Amino acid sequence: MTALLEVTGLKTHFLTRAGAVRAVDGVDLTLRAGEVLGLVGESGSGKSVTSFSILGLVDPPGKVVGGSVRFKGEDLIQASPERLRQLRGRDIAMIFQDPMLTLTPVLRIETQMVETVLAHERTSYAGARERALDMLARVGIPAPQERIRAYPHQFSGGMRQRVAIAIAMLHGPSLILADEPTTALDVTIQGQVLSEMQRLVAETGTAMIWVSHDLAVVEAIADRIIVMYAGRVVEEGPVAEVIARPGHPYTRGLLDSTPSAATPGGRLRQIPGMAPSVLNLPPGCPFAPRCAHVRPECSTPPPVRRLGPERTVRCFAPLIPEVGQ
Amino acid sequence: MAVFLIRRVLQMAMVLLAVSLVVFFGLYSIGNPAEILLPDDATASERAAAIIALGLDRPIWVQYWVFLTNALQGDLGTSFVYNVPSITLIFQRFPATLELAVAALLIALAVGAPLGLYAGLHPDTPLDRTIVTGSILGFSLPNFWQGLMLILIFSILLGWLPSSGRGPTGEILGIETSFASWEGIRHLILPATNLALFKLSLVIRLTRAQVRETMQLDFVKFARARGLSDRRIIGVHVGKTIAAPIITVVGMEFGSVIAFAVITESIFAWPGMGTLIIDSINKLDRPVVAAYLLVITALFILLNLIVDVLYTVLDPRVRLGAMK
Repeated sequence: MTALLEVTGLKTHFLTRAGAVRAVDGVDLTLRAGEVLGLVGESGSGKSVTSFSILGLVDPPGKVVGGSVRFKGEDLIQASPERLRQLRGRDIAMIFQDPMLTLTPVLRIETQMVETVLAHERTSYAGARERALDMLARVGIPAPQERIRAYPHQFSGGMRQRVAIAIAMLHGPSLILADEPTTALDVTIQGQVLSEMQRLVAETGTAMIWVSHDLAVVEAIADRIIVMYAGRVVEEGPVAEVIARPGHPYTRGLLDSTPSAATPGGRLRQIPGMAPSVLNLPPGCPFAPRCAHVRPECSTPPPVRRLGPERTVRCFAPLIPEVGQ
Repeated sequence: MAVFLIRRVLQMAMVLLAVSLVVFFGLYSIGNPAEILLPDDATASERAAAIIALGLDRPIWVQYWVFLTNALQGDLGTSFVYNVPSITLIFQRFPATLELAVAALLIALAVGAPLGLYAGLHPDTPLDRTIVTGSILGFSLPNFWQGLMLILIFSILLGWLPSSGRGPTGEILGIETSFASWEGIRHLILPATNLALFKLSLVIRLTRAQVRETMQLDFVKFARARGLSDRRIIGVHVGKTIAAPIITVVGMEFGSVIAFAVITESIFAWPGMGTLIIDSINKLDRPVVAAYLLVITALFILLNLIVDVLYTVLDPRVRLGAMK
């Protein structure tokens, strides 16, 4: 199967006065059509910046300084602003973390949905409105005829995120970039929105990159997982395998600090220290200062090692044995 | 809405009452108008007769009571100097001032909003710095000095525009206005520009700050992620978001533009309320000063009300019922 999205050596730096902040520093990832990829890491690991870089939505002083993003064979880094605008919302849609802030507060849902349709298609206002109503019904908004006239603040958080999902699905995109779309929601609503998304992408065969720091959520929705640390991919593989037998000490640490994985009544394990500043990182493994398995060679750049047919890890001392080269 | 309006009208009455008290007793303490109005060679009996005729012999609370009961019937007293009802005097001059203020605000908005928008969208570019620096000058140079410079440059050195007075007026839709003829507009340009400069700087800085703040919000990013054009995002999403605060400030400033017009009118000999009030203060023409201050207060309150109502139209999240 050919890749829908192929990111190679992506580097997005923020050029500040203090120096270049290497938010994303050489990320590779591939995504097949219809596949759901979980992108996991702590705050500041570069997972959100990675997804913004794909769509060319990194705000200054941030800048994609290297690598390529191929979507259906077309390099998006080289694409013109107008070409990117055409792709955004039509072929690649995005859903953001906080539904409170992503819809324009002073415009009706109707206006925002219709303009999204009209941005990519020559159709009548009535036709666009019809599409919007259908989509609202599909994402489970009750009484869409009435609700479409409402303003964003008149919806609850969960409903607002459903509206955002409906907007993202309007053009039947082949890829959705979801940036922590359930993080700001109540747990029960989180579950609903999660299963709604799961159903929608499965029905429509949409590929999705699900950015999250929540391993439990990613485990529920993703086929494959990529773990990022300090702007780099440290581990990649099928989600069930990685969670059952993590290969990188950092992935292990992340799993151990998930409350649901802990023994009841036992102390929650945590990763000692803090995520490093991505300003002036040392050349070696960025996780080395916090790693329990650190070795002398960790001060040099760690190699990528293959742990299975679809599994790789960037580490000198993977927790599970390497397969023969 | 109805409850809101009733409450506001009651508040307006209270404010006007308080202002009338301050104004009346303040004016009383400034000096005795009889001293200024009567010729130096007036006899003692003429003096006493004049004081009785003006009602200045009675105790101050009685004078205030008379003033208040007359005011409630729409009579704000008769000018000592012109012997005409002061309210008539003010409304004769009001159109000229209103015209000047409206022209000034239009200039401030028409020039300031685009400049502020450009500066906000392109922060830290040379043109942005130029605009911001210019707005600092507009803020900090004294208004009267700016007026004198305008006259020096455009009337005396270049000879393009007249430096004083109001040009011929004509009727448009039944309103007596300078906009009816080119000559009238020529007379309006310099004073309106002078009055606009301060507000222009304000509009630039406000628009710039609002644009910069709004452009960083998530909904702008989401709008871009939906594939909307920059034109649509800036024109509709950002435009509508920043319209509410800008309208609010400009609406509130409208009152102060009318008040500030005093200086501009003096410089350009514009026959508006400002020149009237300066004359009346010099001559201690109490009824005119009191009537002017009350009219201005009422205008301020009315503008506030209009702005509040406009706000609900521009920002759907605001509901009048919730306002205290």
